[in-house]
Amino acid sequence: MTQILFKNIDMEGLNSIDVYESQGGYKSLEKAFAKKPDEIIEMVKASGLRGRGGAGFPAGLKWSFLAKDVFPRYLACNADESEPGTCKDRELLEKNPHLLIEGIIITCYACRIETGYIYLRGEFQHASDLMDRAIEEAYAKGYLGKNIMGSGSNLDLYTHLGAGAYICGEESALLNSLEGMRGEPRLKPPFPAVEGLYGKPTVINNVETLCVVPWIINEGPEKHAALGTEKSKGTKLVSVSGHVKKPGNYEVVMGTPIREIIYDMAGGIRNDNELKAYIPGGSSTPMLPASKVDVLYDYESIQAAGSMLGSGALIVMDHTVNVVEATLRLTYFYMHESCGKCTPCREGTRWMWQLLNQLQNGTGTNEHVDKLLDISDNMSFKCFCPLGDAAVAPIVSGIQHFRSDYDELIKKLTTDTVAG
Amino acid sequence: MFMFTQEDEKKIDKIVKKYPFKQSALLPLLTLVQRRDGYVSPEAMRAIGGKLELSPGYVQSVMSFYTMYHSEPTGKYIILFCHNISCQLNGADDLFAHTGEKLGVKGGGTTEDKKFTLHKEECLAACCGAPMMRINDTFYENLTKEKIDKILDSLP
Repeated sequence: MTQILFKNIDMEGLNSIDVYESQGGYKSLEKAFAKKPDEIIEMVKASGLRGRGGAGFPAGLKWSFLAKDVFPRYLACNADESEPGTCKDRELLEKNPHLLIEGIIITCYACRIETGYIYLRGEFQHASDLMDRAIEEAYAKGYLGKNIMGSGSNLDLYTHLGAGAYICGEESALLNSLEGMRGEPRLKPPFPAVEGLYGKPTVINNVETLCVVPWIINEGPEKHAALGTEKSKGTKLVSVSGHVKKPGNYEVVMGTPIREIIYDMAGGIRNDNELKAYIPGGSSTPMLPASKVDVLYDYESIQAAGSMLGSGALIVMDHTVNVVEATLRLTYFYMHESCGKCTPCREGTRWMWQLLNQLQNGTGTNEHVDKLLDISDNMSFKCFCPLGDAAVAPIVSGIQHFRSDYDELIKKLTTDTVAG
Repeated sequence: MFMFTQEDEKKIDKIVKKYPFKQSALLPLLTLVQRRDGYVSPEAMRAIGGKLELSPGYVQSVMSFYTMYHSEPTGKYIILFCHNISCQLNGADDLFAHTGEKLGVKGGGTTEDKKFTLHKEECLAACCGAPMMRINDTFYENLTKEKIDKILDSLP
């Protein structure tokens, strides 16, 4: 199977520049610098690479939206990995930091950017230290700094640590945080490609997206476009967690059946239990029942099944799970992480958490469920940023597919009351 | 009385140079103080504001947004115990309760000897090693009660 990102991931010392170079690392730079910047953008467009952070927007197209002839421009690499269930970027950052640097160098050359920041979540201090060391090594070899490899192209690259706020993974909140502000999202438009960091055109890409770029340059966009399905190209890192025997990050070709990921790669369900539900793309994507286990892992197939590929975090739940309890935990998360800027999200998440709490405590009624759906309806696409949509995903999908879990808790109340 | 050391000053110069505008150095400076002192006092907020030409009120408003900054002193070791979905599914609630009982801070908080601060935390991106906790900069994964006891007992 083709491995773009994880080919040598467990090789000892891969995060040092010498070992990385011995494996062909930084070889794509020569090829890239031999081309014009716009040619690189066309290559990435032709490869079909889509953003791996969650939205799945075509990467090359995003770059082509940069405001014409406005400089300086900036790059912000999104390494804020905070979506529950997702732990793939941390593995890339810690084990293969030079791959990210190589991808950033090419991206910045293509977009004519001379300053880049890697925004890491605050808890990634260790990954940030490793990244700083890798950046230093890259400067020493002349891959960063002035006139890189005689190309006339310059690039300064820095790490920047956040300090504990899920919302900073939203691109405009990330920019505010990087500018030394509260991490609240900005109104769009203007989009970051037009007015981003410090009001200048800015490219924002996820770690995984940028890490694919060197392979596209080395192997050619056709080879990338030949992998996967019609609209979902290449491979995807999938973080498989929850009730599986072998949780881990797996690189799969787009279009791999989810059954294969859960049962072959991740070893199946713990204790050979029965699969009850899974969340395909991180906590912000609707959960699906076991009957949908034969869905293919690509953007379109998962969407057709009623969910999203998201960040690629496959959270597996066996038959022992009470969906209300799992949903309650996720709702607590969104309440905790709501930045408070807009009313439907700030108030809605808290209200939903209270209702779910009552249901879980056995004091909820059918009206609680109706109210949850009503609040969800009033939040969907009505909040300032996508956090509101994310918060309703587990609730609406949980009620849709596992209403019986709710009914059981409600029935208990009725029975207890009658008996009492 | 809060003071930046000479070594801090060197670090601050290096940090500020990373950005075209000084204000971007606000989070890194707060992090520097948080890591050095275990919390950020009002005096420290004033000092940071002084460095970056920001009012103490502004510094506080930004600081209060982020959960990793503490306005009260914390223990020598800050334990962030993940309770989010993947860890929950793998028994994190029991393990958190166990940790709280062992340290004598049920539900979280700082131990009397100021050695540990225990916090229930949201997803820390180690879901494939669930259940997990982070102590200062180190991630501990695939936890069991025995493993937690061993880790906590081994910390000086």
